[in-house]
Amino acid sequence: MPIPDTVPLLGIAWDDVLFIVLAAIVIVAGVLVVTMRDIIRCGLAMMVCFGALAGLYVMLGAPLVAAAQVIVYIGAISVLILFAIMLTQSKVAPVRLVFQTQAVPAAIAAVVLAIVIALAVSATEWPAVATRLWSTTNDVARVLFDDYLLAFEVVSVLLLAAVIGGIYLAKREGSSDS
Amino acid sequence: MSDSLVAYLILAGVLFSIGTFGFLARRNAISMLMSIELMVNSVNLAIIAFGAFTKELQNDASVIALMVMAVAAAEATVGLAIVIAIYRNRRTPLVDEYDAMRQ
Repeated sequence: MPIPDTVPLLGIAWDDVLFIVLAAIVIVAGVLVVTMRDIIRCGLAMMVCFGALAGLYVMLGAPLVAAAQVIVYIGAISVLILFAIMLTQSKVAPVRLVFQTQAVPAAIAAVVLAIVIALAVSATEWPAVATRLWSTTNDVARVLFDDYLLAFEVVSVLLLAAVIGGIYLAKREGSSDS
Repeated sequence: MSDSLVAYLILAGVLFSIGTFGFLARRNAISMLMSIELMVNSVNLAIIAFGAFTKELQNDASVIALMVMAVAAAEATVGLAIVIAIYRNRRTPLVDEYDAMRQ
């Protein structure tokens, strides 16, 4: 039995339901990241947010970027951040105050920024196609290694420099001889 | 709704604003770095959305998003290394206690 195009009894397309669910997860997890007291839980909420974003990338027809999002963000950067949290947690430090004193002006500024972006986006006439396009990995690879080859090589050098710099910065003093 | 560019762009804008608030308001340096990651991801979402709805950008958007991801990974590496190095000297991850240049 084929699945109908719309949700039974509601008449909403399945894609819309998926978009609403993923967008809600992104926003709720994002708010939790910036508001929760326990910073480990902030890191875990960030992983949830990145996972929902990977789902949105699949909906937008970019499966390669979604896979890279899962591998790079959920797999690598989140683990790196969790390790850094564990290295910088001190029991004596008062973690009572989560926010700076300028939290209220920051909240106002963020809300104003969101409203301005929403107004600007909805007031613009976008020359967009009606449906979402699906870009295959084959085409993306052709563009990456054809038009963007120089940027690709520069990024590889940048990553190498960042790794070396990170090791140098995080290394303990006086352990250079070992 | 899922077939309109505006919905994705507004979602990206909201996520960017959440990241802005976190960067401005949190005291912990690692929380600030996490907020920066949220902002980078929201920009990536906007790039992918433009790619999905514009024929000329269809494959370029994926490539640009991958580049952004690589640069964000480099930024996270260096940023966390700096936070750990400062923590080793000052014994606190809270940015409002890094006041050595004010005294």
